[in-house]
Amino acid sequence: MYGKGILKGLSVTWKRFWETYTEDISWILRGKKRYNTVEGVTHRSSKDTKGIFTVQYPDERLNLPEEARYIPFLVYNEKPDGDKEILCTSCGICAKVCPPQCIWIVRSNNPETGRPIPEPTEFYIDADICMNCGFCSEYCPFDAIKMDHDFEIASYERNVFNMEKLLKPSSYYQSIRPENFAREEAARKEKEAAKAAKEAAKAAATQ
Amino acid sequence: MTAPASTLTVDLAARFPGIVTAETRPGCTGFIVEKDNLIEVATVIRDELGFDLLTAVTGVDYFPEEKMEVVYHAYKTTGGPGLVFKVQVPRVDPVEVPSLIDIWPGVDLQEREAWDLMGIKFTGHPDLRRILMWEGFDGHPLRKDWKEGFYEEDTKPFKSRWPDGQFYMAEEKNPFNDNLTFPTNFDPEKWIPEGDALLYGALARYTVKQEDGMSTDRIVINMGPHHPSTHGVFRAVMTLDGETIVGLKPVLGYLHRNHDKIGERNTYLQNMPFTDRLDYFNSMTNNFGYALAVEKLMGIPVAERAEYIRIIVSELSRVQNHLIFIGTLLNDLGAMYTPSLYAFEERELILDIFEEISGARMMCNYFRFGGVVRDIPDSAMKKIKDLVYDRLQAKTDELDRMLTENEILVSRMKDVPMISAEDAIRYSVTGPVLRAAGVPYDIRRADPYGIYDRFDFDVAVRHNGDLMDNYLIRIDEIRQSLRILEQAIKQIPEGPINSQKPAYQVRVPAGEAYGRIESPKGELAFYLVSNGKPNPWRYHVRPASFVNLNALEKISIGAKIADFVVILAMFDIVMGECDR
Repeated sequence: MYGKGILKGLSVTWKRFWETYTEDISWILRGKKRYNTVEGVTHRSSKDTKGIFTVQYPDERLNLPEEARYIPFLVYNEKPDGDKEILCTSCGICAKVCPPQCIWIVRSNNPETGRPIPEPTEFYIDADICMNCGFCSEYCPFDAIKMDHDFEIASYERNVFNMEKLLKPSSYYQSIRPENFAREEAARKEKEAAKAAKEAAKAAATQ
Repeated sequence: MTAPASTLTVDLAARFPGIVTAETRPGCTGFIVEKDNLIEVATVIRDELGFDLLTAVTGVDYFPEEKMEVVYHAYKTTGGPGLVFKVQVPRVDPVEVPSLIDIWPGVDLQEREAWDLMGIKFTGHPDLRRILMWEGFDGHPLRKDWKEGFYEEDTKPFKSRWPDGQFYMAEEKNPFNDNLTFPTNFDPEKWIPEGDALLYGALARYTVKQEDGMSTDRIVINMGPHHPSTHGVFRAVMTLDGETIVGLKPVLGYLHRNHDKIGERNTYLQNMPFTDRLDYFNSMTNNFGYALAVEKLMGIPVAERAEYIRIIVSELSRVQNHLIFIGTLLNDLGAMYTPSLYAFEERELILDIFEEISGARMMCNYFRFGGVVRDIPDSAMKKIKDLVYDRLQAKTDELDRMLTENEILVSRMKDVPMISAEDAIRYSVTGPVLRAAGVPYDIRRADPYGIYDRFDFDVAVRHNGDLMDNYLIRIDEIRQSLRILEQAIKQIPEGPINSQKPAYQVRVPAGEAYGRIESPKGELAFYLVSNGKPNPWRYHVRPASFVNLNALEKISIGAKIADFVVILAMFDIVMGECDR
């Protein structure tokens, strides 16, 4: 019969249309909210999703996975007296590995000793050139530069980020990447413990 | 069916003493052919030795040695390793090499590209115009002595970034005084592009006599570069006789950014995120091809678990690419949005997985030399299993049910010829288009890479070579990919995900490598030449979209203009890869 294929195809679209409403009703009957909730968005991006699929950005947002990466930021630890302990030592690995070369670091020397200060004097990231590859954070030996989750940076000017804009506390880093943070903290503690044990052994040997 | 593991090594040098010499440089393979005998040797390679598919033609500028080289990679459609042959000519203009267009018509666009970017003149080529750069461009940008605007240094990392990285914007430095060259006596006010005359001149070849005596006017139509059905900034200049196409020339290069030159400035690792931007639907397979080429050069193994992860992500990528293909094809056919949005849903779920494992939905940057960047977390593995076992199969069937029998679709595509098997091979077409023409040539089988030889799957092939087959083969391939995925998920072992220590500078010995994979669009290959330094000496991408377009002219002539939209859609071109 001519037209059978079209009808068959339309049954698929009709089913989809129907399911949007049956899903809505079933969520209401279960007393849950399908829209504007994390649960609803999670369900809509799972394998069981049926019917309507769209997420109404910006009212609703997709759940960002931990590894999601956008423009990098610099991590600092908050000291009890309110000072910032910048983890970056301005070693320059991120600037060397950066594929579009958008990281600019000024390293200063201590005028007395003439040796480099292990903290950047200036640090720029040209966010318009950054390609969000994540190499800087991947190869940073000090866990000092990390990829952010904040992707809403559209502006009318060029986005050249300086230190002020780039520095974010480690508590923020912990909030966006809890698993990575825990892993790195554990590794750091282990390293410190090993160092302390080594020093203790050394001290014991010299006595 | 297993791969025809041909260990046949062809000794061209013994066949042509004095004309062909075997390559002796370290890390290099193949044969060097005398320029004057190139056509004779190439004919033997094609007809007697059976290397019927010439996949890549490119030039290498050996600037310090004052010579240019043209490298050809030929393969057999029956499978097995390829044959590399090269021609060396002194680096003195005009650099001339005979064109192989009569032997393999598929060299057309690639020879034009080599002329455009390297300045190698292919004598005998009927239409040797610039292809990627604009008409009136001065110089050949892939030559080692050519410098781009905003030129800073030959290789990255640039010294200005650290330790005294005083920031400035590139445009603050006026590039027009120092490092951008224009033709002599160039005046932008008075300049008239001569390219259009050449282009329309090339079309005039198709003038045919009117037989019925009725006088009609032909019209020239520029389809694109801004046309929703050209999938990006692709332009086709057509001569029409009524609704029938009598002449066609593809015009490319609107998205050209000289990826090859950028690649030569970058270090090996820095190229990885740049490959994401080639075919931006399939960054995973792009990464795979590049990683394969560099691993070949370095001679390093890949961690076992990473091999499986690579297969899983590439096949997921293939599934979503073909879904998108079906969606956009239906868009082109006039079924606006419903099928394509259905396809996008499944793609979205796959991209969510990519984001979870690599950090980005499309620009994955996931592969590293020797493995991958991070393991698949358990939550993502569960999502992959859910999709593969519970959803994608059913959804593919649903898409199939919705579209395949639709009478309108069938009448638009059934028995509209695409390309014959012979022509597809002659024009170097690869990928689904070649298989839909009846040639069961899939690099995953014919020249297995990674661990594809461990999986049980069929090479999807269709035999009519019409548009309908080109559509159906994508559905077949999704099903085969799901088969591979099911096996890979079952077999994936535990273990490390990289055989190497993480290093931002890799040591790559001197030599050359050609890493080829079966990307969803056809053969994607990376040709690398290393001189032992941290940056590749030559970095060439052989994109499937670009080379497949060789056949566009051949297929379209005689077709109706309405069908042209569908024919172009069947190539599944992505301009990011095509123009590079």
